[in-house]
Amino acid sequence: MQNYFQREIETAPREKILEIQNEKIVKQVKYVYENVKYYRDLMDEKGVTPDDIKSVDDIKKLPLLSKSDLRECYPYGLLATDLKNCVRIQSTSGTTGKRVVAYYTQHDVDLWEECCARAIVAVGGTNEDVCHVAYGYGLFTGGAGIHGGSHKVGCLTLPMSSGNTDRQIQFMMDLGSTILCCTPSYAAYIGESLKEAGYKPEDNKLKAGIFGAEPWTEEMRKHIEESLGIKAYDIYGLTEISGPGVAFECSEQSGMHINEDHFYVEIIDPDTGEVLPEGSKGELVFTCLDKEAFPLLRYRTRDICVLSREKCPCGRTHVKMTKPMGRSDDMLIIRGVNVFPSQIEEVLLKIGNGITPNYQIIVDRVNNTDTFDIDVELDENMFTDDVKSIEKVEKHIVSELRSVLGIGVKVHLVNPKSISRSEGKAKRVIDNRKL
Amino acid sequence: MFVKQISVFVENKFGRMAAIIKALAQNGIDISALSLADTSEFGILRLIVDKPNEAVEILKKEGVIVKCSNVLAIAIDDRPGGLAKALEILTDAGVEIEYMYAFIGKADGKAMTVVRVNDNDKAVSALEEGKISLLTTEDISSR
Repeated sequence: MQNYFQREIETAPREKILEIQNEKIVKQVKYVYENVKYYRDLMDEKGVTPDDIKSVDDIKKLPLLSKSDLRECYPYGLLATDLKNCVRIQSTSGTTGKRVVAYYTQHDVDLWEECCARAIVAVGGTNEDVCHVAYGYGLFTGGAGIHGGSHKVGCLTLPMSSGNTDRQIQFMMDLGSTILCCTPSYAAYIGESLKEAGYKPEDNKLKAGIFGAEPWTEEMRKHIEESLGIKAYDIYGLTEISGPGVAFECSEQSGMHINEDHFYVEIIDPDTGEVLPEGSKGELVFTCLDKEAFPLLRYRTRDICVLSREKCPCGRTHVKMTKPMGRSDDMLIIRGVNVFPSQIEEVLLKIGNGITPNYQIIVDRVNNTDTFDIDVELDENMFTDDVKSIEKVEKHIVSELRSVLGIGVKVHLVNPKSISRSEGKAKRVIDNRKL
Repeated sequence: MFVKQISVFVENKFGRMAAIIKALAQNGIDISALSLADTSEFGILRLIVDKPNEAVEILKKEGVIVKCSNVLAIAIDDRPGGLAKALEILTDAGVEIEYMYAFIGKADGKAMTVVRVNDNDKAVSALEEGKISLLTTEDISSR
C-alpha cells in the first residue's frame, strides 16, 4: 500500500500538473520582474517581458542564471521581498567568494518542508516513526529541511546533527530510530561503527534511510542496506532552489521524482544553453514556480542527468531524474562539501606571495569516506635548510585551506615541476572515486 | 674555514632518496657526511661532498630543490670527551647549535663532525682559540 504526503498533487495526471505549472509561472515571472532588479535587467537585455511568458513552453525565452550571478548579487541582489517578510536564511557549504545565501519567507519554508515530508512518506514514514536526522544542522540545508519535513509528517524527530558517532549509536539503539537521514558516507560510517560495537544489522529498528548531499553509487547503496538492514533512498536538492527535497526517491529506487508543482525542470546543453528534448543527457535547470523570497528562474545546477516520464509503479506522476552523473563545471563534492579548485588557487596565491604554485587535487574514497589530498609544488624560494620553516609553510597551507573550504585536507609538498602537465597545463584534479 | 653543505628537499615518496643518491653516484660524487632530517610529510637531506658545485648542478637537473650553505666541520680527538670539549667551547662563547652530524670515517686519527650554528664567525674564532681544527671544502675534496 503506497502512502503519499499529498496524494492529490503527487499523483495528479500530467495535464493537471501542466495546468498548475502554467498558472504559477505567469505569476512567478511577473513577480520576479517587478521585485528583482537584477533579473529584470537581464530580461530587458534579452528583450523579454512578463507578457511573453504565457505558459511553461515560454520559459526557454527567459535568461539563465548561474552561480556567478548569485555571487555577483551577494547578499541581497536576488531577494524578491522585504527582509521583514523573511524568516530564515540558509547558506551553501561553499565559502568566501562562493557562498550563496538563500532567503525564505514562512511560505517558502513550508513549501520546502512539504517537499521533504513527501520524501519521508515516500520511504514509508508515518507519525509512528522515529526520524533520526544526522545531517548537519545550521546554515546547511540538510538538517533544517529534513527536520522540518519530519515534523510535518509527525515523526518523532531526533535532531542529532552530524558527528559524535558514539552518541548517534546510543540514541539510535536506546530510542529505536526507524528512519535515518544523513549523507551516504556517514550512513556507511554509522554502519561500520555499529558492527564494531558488536551490533548485527537486525539489532537496530531502522527500516529506511534518506541519504543525499553527495554523490553515491548503487554499490554503496547495497553496502549501506546490508550493513544497516534497511532500504536506502536518494534525495536531491540545492540551497539555491530550497534545499533537500527538490526531488526524492520512491519505493522503486529507480530515480528521483521532481516536485514539479513547485519546480519546473529543463535539461539544457551545458555548452550552448539550448533546451534538449526530454530523455537527453544534459544539465539540470530549475525554475521556482511559487517562491516568495528567493525565486530563482532558470537556475543552472551544473548537475548532469537524464529525465524520464516513464510511468512509475509507485503511482507518482512527477518526472523522475537520474542521480547526477557528473558536473558541467569543475566543482567537486568532497564529504558533502562543495569544493572549487579556484578556492584552493586563491589560498595558494596568498601563501606564494602572488605566485601560484602548481598543485594537484587527489580525491579518492577509502572505506566509504572521501580522502582529500593536495600536492603542492614547493617553490625554490620557499625552501630553506630549516625543517621548521618548511613545516610552517605546510601547516599554513593546511590551516588556510581548512578555514576556506571547511573540511580537512592533507597537503604534500612536492618537487617543482613534478606534477605532470599535459599541453603545458597541470591536471588540477584527479578524482579516483568510482561514482 | 667552512665546508659547503648541500641541503636537498626530499618528497615523501617511495624511492626518492635512492634516486637522489644514485644521481650523485653516477656522476662520481663522493659523499663524506650526510644526515636526513625527516618529518611525516617530507625530508631534508644534508650532504657534504667532494665536489659541491658539481653536485648542485646534478641535483638541479634531477628536478629537486637544492640549497648551498656554509657549515663548520670540526676535527676532534676520537676519544671520550673529544666532542664534549668542542661543544663546551661553543657554549661558553654563547654560540647556539642548530644541528650536527658525523662524518663517515676518520682523518689522521681524528673524528669529524658537521656543526650548524647560529653564528659562524663567532664559532670559528672561539674554536680556533680553543685549538680545535676546522676543515674546509678543499680539505674534503683532497681526501
